[in-house]
Amino acid sequence: MSEGRKPTRSGNELNPTPNSGVAIGVTSLHKAYGDLKAVDGISFTVKVGEVFSLLGPNGAGKTTTIEILEGLRQKDQGGVEVLGVDPWTKGYELHKKIGVIPQGFKFFEYPTPREAIKYYAVLFGVKADVEDILRKVLLEDSADVYFTRLSGGQKQKVGLALSLVNDPELLFLDEPTTGLDPQARRAVWDVIRELKKEGRTVLLTTHYLEEAEELADRVAIMHKGKIITSGTPQEIIEAHSSGERLQIHGTERLANYLKEHTKLRVEFDGENLVTVYLQRKEDVLTAIRAIEESGLEWSDLRTKRDSLEDIFVKLVGEPLEALGQGA
Amino acid sequence: MNLKRVLADFDVFSRGYMRSRIGVFFALVFPIILILIFGAIFSGGSSGPINVYVQNQDGSQISSSFVNALNSTSTMRLVPVDNTQNFTKYLLSHSSSDGIVIPAGFGTAFASGKPINVSAYGNPSSTTSAIVSGITHGVINEFNLRRAGGSSVLGVQELNVKSQSFKYIDFLVPGLVGFTVLTSPMFALVNISSQYKRDKIFKQLSLTPLTKSEWLLSKIMFYIVLTIISFFLMTAVGVFAFGAHITLTLWIIPFLVIGPLLFVSLGMLVGTGSKTVESAAVVGNLVTFPMMFLSGTFFPVSTMPAYLQSLAHVLPLFYVIDGLNNVMTYGNYSAALIDLGVLVVLSAIIFGLAVRFFKWRED
Repeated sequence: MSEGRKPTRSGNELNPTPNSGVAIGVTSLHKAYGDLKAVDGISFTVKVGEVFSLLGPNGAGKTTTIEILEGLRQKDQGGVEVLGVDPWTKGYELHKKIGVIPQGFKFFEYPTPREAIKYYAVLFGVKADVEDILRKVLLEDSADVYFTRLSGGQKQKVGLALSLVNDPELLFLDEPTTGLDPQARRAVWDVIRELKKEGRTVLLTTHYLEEAEELADRVAIMHKGKIITSGTPQEIIEAHSSGERLQIHGTERLANYLKEHTKLRVEFDGENLVTVYLQRKEDVLTAIRAIEESGLEWSDLRTKRDSLEDIFVKLVGEPLEALGQGA
Repeated sequence: MNLKRVLADFDVFSRGYMRSRIGVFFALVFPIILILIFGAIFSGGSSGPINVYVQNQDGSQISSSFVNALNSTSTMRLVPVDNTQNFTKYLLSHSSSDGIVIPAGFGTAFASGKPINVSAYGNPSSTTSAIVSGITHGVINEFNLRRAGGSSVLGVQELNVKSQSFKYIDFLVPGLVGFTVLTSPMFALVNISSQYKRDKIFKQLSLTPLTKSEWLLSKIMFYIVLTIISFFLMTAVGVFAFGAHITLTLWIIPFLVIGPLLFVSLGMLVGTGSKTVESAAVVGNLVTFPMMFLSGTFFPVSTMPAYLQSLAHVLPLFYVIDGLNNVMTYGNYSAALIDLGVLVVLSAIIFGLAVRFFKWRED
């Protein structure tokens, strides 16, 4: 918050932890509800100033993890340190330094966004610049509308506004754009980018791969309580991608022709898609030459790389959207 | 405990309450409607004279003066029934059980001294029949006395314990004040606390420096203010519209403070103890309704059967209403002190349980 940031605390707030440079440290964290292992031995580190995304379908254990980090739930086992403290025992102090939007943010029905921000300012004992916060989350037009009458996107922005009242070093955004229309989603993305620019650390959970690719410096993909891979989006793609490949619409005869006449790995999907895996640069020329020589019908030639989405499907076995919408 | 935070929460909550139309209705309009309706039902004067059907089968002068004597008591309005009618059938066809038949030969029997009976019809379970029978006996005795040539020696003078008699409205005002002390905080807190739990608003609040005791305190404060407002509204209507006799004393204040404290805590306990909003509502009603009717809200507990009276004594609301009656109506402050003592103990227990089981966050 280059110009808007208030001198409410001393200047070392961006690097407050003794364990310098680390905002969140998690080591083999476990949490079970009865027989269900909601979080099953995960470890990760979030560096100060980065946007870190926990990505996974509903029920993957993201919200449980984030609630343990916020000090709202008690862990079963493992090490958790947030801004240098144990969030469960030191929650009350920690909460003054963090901002949170819970999943599906709801609030009292009748305060206006302006009143809600003022209320939070008194609770935190800070002098918040209400107008500045309203401007930042793009809520100026609805500042005096009762919360209950706001649209879903505007309600979510109130959550975002309230999470900023105490000028937090670290923000937990639990699915901040779920259920929003594309325009509102992009507006929330802009706010998150702005927060990063101001040097705040953000832990973002989402089940939109696009969102993680768009915003996150680093991503951890969670599934059934475990982190199945992590790194920058680029690293994950490189580590798990099948590499570049050529896709052509054509017949099984074309696929067989290519298999016989080149040393390339060729697959046919049983309908009309022929995939040629490319290891070296010249592979693409070899493939195209062979296609031409075959004299067979083909169309719609293109090269393809894996997105985070493809990686997810490969690792988890199902597309993200197909995994249930339950909690 | 930070008073600024309590007041900020109080401010947001009371604004929200007043902005929801339901809130305004229950805070200001409902108490007035209640007292107007119940005041009108029970205090709008006497219910009028009782209709009594009379068949005079005797045509003598004595029998007509007997009817006149019955008529002169303003309690009964006599409806003459023609001699050709079957009296029992006539009563049934007029949905009435109260009637008097003067048999033929009444006049001659009176003159000769031969015993004869007047028939009084009635329903033993009905209070009007008892009144009719009592009055008929009174008039007959008067006639017997006159016939014997005597005059009354013994009489009754009716007195009341207070300079003016208690009226129903004098019990109704404290009862209905107790009713709002119970219902407004109970229904609201059961609903709010289960809803806030479902919507994770408590979790949201737990991430601020607001503590759960501060949150609870602000609700208690709000319902104390609301109770005091409805107390004045209801008392004003009771006094000015129905002429209730009410003593305004500082003794009333502890009851208006401890009542809301108790029922905010109880509502909180029910709301957070329940898994869903729906089950909270069911449990809330199970706790509230017996208390609402058995604690002396609409009628004094002393009119109820003994076993219900002993049940009333375990209901917290009983002590609120009994205490209010003691200070507002009887001026019996030592009895009120006992009520207050019971309430302090009950509130301490329920408040303690509410704070103990009300969770901001989960394990």
